[in-house]
Amino acid sequence: MARKSLLSLLGLVWASTASADWVLNMPEGITKLSKETYDLHMMVFWVCVAIGIVVFGIMIISLIRHRKSTGATAATFSHSTAAEILWTAIPCVILLFMAVPAAETLIRLDDARDPQLSIVVTGYQWRWHYQYQDEGVGFYSSLAPASAEARMKGSGIDPFSVDHYLLDVDHPLVVPKGRKIRVLITSNDVIHSWWVPQLAIKKDAIPGRINEVWFRATETGTFRGQCAELCGRGHAYMPIVVKVLEPEQFDAWLADQKAATAQAAAAQ
Amino acid sequence: MPGSQTRRRRRHRPRQRSDRMRAGNGVPMETKSMTTAVADAHEIHEHHGPARGIARWLFTTNHKDIGTMYLVFSLIMFFIGGTMALVIRSELFQPGLQFVRPEFFNQMTTMHALIMVFGVVMPAFVGLANWMIPLMIGAPDMALPRMNNWSFWILPVAFGMLLSTLLMPGGAPAAGWTMYPPLVLQTGDAFPFMVFSIHLMGISSIMGAINIIVTILNLRTPQMWLLRMPMFVWTWLITAYLLLAVMPVLAGAVTMLLTDQFFGTSFFLSAGGGDPVMYQHIFWFFGHPEVYIMILPAFGVVSEIIPTFSRKPLFGHDSMVYAASCIAFLSFIVWAHHMFVVGMPLSGELFFMFATMLIAVPTGVKIFNWVATMWRGSMTFETPMLFSIAFVFLFTIGGFSGLMLAIVPADVQYHDTYFVVAHFHYVLVPGSVFAIFAAVYYWLPKWTGHMYNESAGKLHFWLSTIFVNMTFFPMHFLGLAGMPRRIPDYSTQFADFNAIASIGAIGFGLSQLVFLYVVLTAKKGAPATDEVWEHPKGLEWTVPSPAPYHTFETPPRLSEEQTFQ
Repeated sequence: MARKSLLSLLGLVWASTASADWVLNMPEGITKLSKETYDLHMMVFWVCVAIGIVVFGIMIISLIRHRKSTGATAATFSHSTAAEILWTAIPCVILLFMAVPAAETLIRLDDARDPQLSIVVTGYQWRWHYQYQDEGVGFYSSLAPASAEARMKGSGIDPFSVDHYLLDVDHPLVVPKGRKIRVLITSNDVIHSWWVPQLAIKKDAIPGRINEVWFRATETGTFRGQCAELCGRGHAYMPIVVKVLEPEQFDAWLADQKAATAQAAAAQ
Repeated sequence: MPGSQTRRRRRHRPRQRSDRMRAGNGVPMETKSMTTAVADAHEIHEHHGPARGIARWLFTTNHKDIGTMYLVFSLIMFFIGGTMALVIRSELFQPGLQFVRPEFFNQMTTMHALIMVFGVVMPAFVGLANWMIPLMIGAPDMALPRMNNWSFWILPVAFGMLLSTLLMPGGAPAAGWTMYPPLVLQTGDAFPFMVFSIHLMGISSIMGAINIIVTILNLRTPQMWLLRMPMFVWTWLITAYLLLAVMPVLAGAVTMLLTDQFFGTSFFLSAGGGDPVMYQHIFWFFGHPEVYIMILPAFGVVSEIIPTFSRKPLFGHDSMVYAASCIAFLSFIVWAHHMFVVGMPLSGELFFMFATMLIAVPTGVKIFNWVATMWRGSMTFETPMLFSIAFVFLFTIGGFSGLMLAIVPADVQYHDTYFVVAHFHYVLVPGSVFAIFAAVYYWLPKWTGHMYNESAGKLHFWLSTIFVNMTFFPMHFLGLAGMPRRIPDYSTQFADFNAIASIGAIGFGLSQLVFLYVVLTAKKGAPATDEVWEHPKGLEWTVPSPAPYHTFETPPRLSEEQTFQ
């Protein structure tokens, strides 16, 4: 009876959300290294599945066949040096096979030499600041007004009615496709973490330190992420939006920004 | 029959009990009860029973009383911490803020973790150690009974203080249980209370650890040399050394936070030349062994229960010991895998990745050995066995996600997401907590002298197992889809799995009321035999059920088949 009502409850949840998209897996992302990361993730996952099938399979067979109620009598063995050496050695070999490609990707991730554009990202409670190094362009990026309004307790606004609820900003970071971009990450107050899943980049923004990551986007589009390190009460409200443009479009955008900055300076 | 030895008429040995000496200390309440008790003892030439009323619990030096208090304390904290979890899950049931403000949400996540780690899992295992280690090694009591009393009674004070911060200006600590600076330095009035309560918990744990080490190394019955000890005793011996090694490190870390906040130092403040990352290194040098402190005794429990209900000796007892020791050693050299995104040198990341992956080997050995113990056994499925089997299944799932987390490039994606939340809840809830449930069901008849309500126990098992998976499995998907942890509100694409997880959490919470029912009615069942189960191995089953107030006043003789080697 209890199980039946549980099932119907589950069915209810299922039915009410059947139209929604059930994202089950990590995005492959838009850089070479994000795809490598995804492949590593899937490789380890399938290794785990394989080990799980063997271990759980043996356990389930045992649970079915070696039960007292079916008249099984207990064996008395308690050691087998051969078996124990075997199941120490086999995992070591499996680990080795996973460690090598993981280390290779890690080494490539670390290689931030010769960037074509550097952007300094500074975390604040609770927004981001982007500075295009040597270009004289910089701006804050805060939660988009629509989300900021809807997020308040008792706002009466349905989050589902807001586009990209909590994942939209007023001024996105704009970058060109195909160029090697170095991101220098630091913080002005507490520790934040700059995370864009599609770029497979997550790096802590730490006061007093400058962390370095890099990416080279292979697709244009808008990609969203969030602060990943608890940074106080606004932690959920400092998303990251990265807009990848074709290089020519980006150059035009940057020129516009420079002009606007110069104009603002002149007006003062 | 060794059990009859406890009833043998014997004189007190001076080493064993301090009670009689204490009666001369001039504490009126004690003197009175002790006098009566001693008089009774003279009459029947036996040890006195417990004192009456509250004095029994306040002044007790008896390992069974103290074990009971630890377990009851842990159960109370389990419900308090669980209530906080339900606040968290209720808020996350759907997007938007419905019930609490973000700052209170952060207080809930922080307090939930601190309570569950330091107030539930650790005290529960210490309680089990108190109750069972002397019974398992044939000792009359813990080696340092008064310190034992003290290490327990510090805990209610520490947690009373920690919980009182909820009422303070600025609220309870809200920077996460890891207390990373600089954020933690923004805590309100609660800050020094948090630090002091952590100091107290540390003192309590250190004293408990010393007591367990001294007891195991000195009070074993003569024929029980180290490798003949039961696995629960072994894993606790290793755990106690871990505690001894790392609790002072935690105390040091929070003390540095305290001086940074109040005394002008800059250990972790970059403006003064310090480094916030150094805190993380120190914290996780404590924190990673702490993870094994919470799981090694669980390994021990499961290693006791599976052989009993498989009616077969534990497979590879010695290799289990070596595997546990190996895990303990490795736990000291993997701490920075919690910090793969703080910006470490490549060589550091490679080292910590390889070391972390290595842990899979001894852990795998343990799981294979449990499976081999069940293989060709003659299994029955009483509640302790059910929880132990679920432990092996579900802990292994937590182990798999742990292996995935070791792969640094992938960890960059998993780090600080719900994937991590799923991972550590899988190893802690159907891991440690299920092992605690299993242990309680397994030894409850020994404690109370009555069988617990088996059908209620089974109901508790099935509800817990279904709901625990319903709660934590969807969190894997949430994390992979990009939901960060520790957020009170989320984007709409995460709504469905969050709703399922919240329903699961409420179900899991309510299921624990069944456990409460079983515990409260534990004395109502049929009388338990001394062995309770079908020929379980171990000295604890040679004493009567319920275990008398004083057991093994003389060391029992250990026969060959009672050894665990």
